Amino acid sequence: MDWFVQLSYFVAAVLFIFGLKAMSSPVTARQGVMWAGVGMVLATAATLFHPSVEGVGNITLIILAVAIGGGFAWFTAIKVKMTEMPQMVAVYNGLGGGSAGAIAAVALLQGARATEGTSVAAEMGSDVAVLALLGGVIGSVAFSGSMIAWAKLDERLKKSTLVENHQWWNVGLAVVTALLALWVYHTGSGFPILLFFLAALALGIFITVPIGGADMPVVISLFNALTGLAVGFKGYVLGNLALIIAGTVVGAAGMLLTVLMAKAMNRSIANILFSGFGATPSASGSSEGGEMKEVGPADGAYMMAYADRVVIVPGYGLAVAQAQHKLWEMVELLQQHDVEVKFAIHPVAGRMPGHMNVLLAEAGVPYDMIYDMDEINEEFEGTDVVLIIGANDVVNPAAREDESSPIYGMPILNVDYADNVLVVKRGRGAGFSGVENTLFFRDNTRMVFGDAQKVVAEMVQTVKSM
Amino acid sequence: MIEVSGVVALYVFMLAAVAGYEVITRVPVILHTPLMSGSNFIHGIVVVGAMVALGVAETPLEQAIGFVAVLLGAANAVGGYVVTERMLEMFKSSKKEDG
Repeated sequence: MDWFVQLSYFVAAVLFIFGLKAMSSPVTARQGVMWAGVGMVLATAATLFHPSVEGVGNITLIILAVAIGGGFAWFTAIKVKMTEMPQMVAVYNGLGGGSAGAIAAVALLQGARATEGTSVAAEMGSDVAVLALLGGVIGSVAFSGSMIAWAKLDERLKKSTLVENHQWWNVGLAVVTALLALWVYHTGSGFPILLFFLAALALGIFITVPIGGADMPVVISLFNALTGLAVGFKGYVLGNLALIIAGTVVGAAGMLLTVLMAKAMNRSIANILFSGFGATPSASGSSEGGEMKEVGPADGAYMMAYADRVVIVPGYGLAVAQAQHKLWEMVELLQQHDVEVKFAIHPVAGRMPGHMNVLLAEAGVPYDMIYDMDEINEEFEGTDVVLIIGANDVVNPAAREDESSPIYGMPILNVDYADNVLVVKRGRGAGFSGVENTLFFRDNTRMVFGDAQKVVAEMVQTVKSM
Repeated sequence: MIEVSGVVALYVFMLAAVAGYEVITRVPVILHTPLMSGSNFIHGIVVVGAMVALGVAETPLEQAIGFVAVLLGAANAVGGYVVTERMLEMFKSSKKEDG
């Protein structure tokens, strides 16, 4: 049966690579994920006939675990809302990392059990032992780190420090983990293995907690790449080519994706991991003078209906309020009044690059009305009204002007160059990253406070009655 | 069983990394989220490794950890697939309306 198993793995690896290739174009993306799905089912089914999988007890356990884990994930994945997609990806990714970590634990425990007076390294072979340990650290860090990322994006965890001198604790934990790994490597007992995994899990938590919520998508993408790498290492430990190839392909693709995302936010990966800009929200305080000027939704609607050119900048808050359908209704009404309407999307609008495009697509907004930052930034100067709904940091002029601002240097939409700016906002607080937005205090800015869904509904009523 | 060791494994790692890098070099921003989710699904293949690890487990402790490994791996694969499919499905329908 071994040739059948190996052949299935080979076919699965081919399907994964071509599936991933197809997924990088909108036209073929859907076929791509289906091919990869076929590969996954094939590889999983074939593994039941793997020569080292034996014993009725273990096979029963395998089927039970697949049923429970798969069933739970299917149920949650079907129910999750599109706005919560990024944190759900973080969770599933963390589970994969945890699985890789657990495989490392089993392999190391087996190695330790088989030793008779020698060490884990001598029993398993030093190359296998090193990769088992590396995969164990990476998988554990990806697991606990992804769970923290989920909690942050879900706004269950707001803390950004656990201890004082956080960076030193991180370094200390990393050193302790490395020393424990050496201990495991050189001895043959189970106790250091337990300590080693505890330290690795704690490391993941300590690394992730100080990172600001706005940087989280990049971190999730990084953990995604790391999990891929850990899976590749496990493939070597288990002598399994399907794992080596799929894991390494994802590791490399994920790294590239992480770099692309970080570039879109004008942040370097080292900067995100080691500075923790969410930790110092008070840096630029409310130094900006002036006051916010408030108008009602109806006044805002009049401004837009009598304008020639309107640009709408949607953000995550729009999606949270489920207002995208109402917004599209308003846009259609404005078009009847001969207003030229465009949507401007920042590369990191929503919680991840491309997230906002998904949400607007859901509401039925055609593609040709949606513009990237680079395409539209020149046009703000001749625009009568910019309507900002639920976006904050990506339109903050401080990123362009105030060198002391934590977000200085991030590319933004230059909405402040427009004649009028309307900001729909739930409350007066700062944005997701905790940075004060100087745009709100400008002379040409008017604030409309309220729930996005209700505000837009009132605007629709106003435009209809004109 | 096929032995994958030493230098051969190094070549496999290198070629797979090049493949992964090349495959997504020119990806539009709109697909970043689905693609991340899709690659997340693909490393769900870890479930296969977890099955092998549980298959060779002997002590109750190994079996317990192996069981957790399979459980988590299966959740990674299934959840990753469903979420990716749901996102891409929406892209398709919006494309249709577009043209």
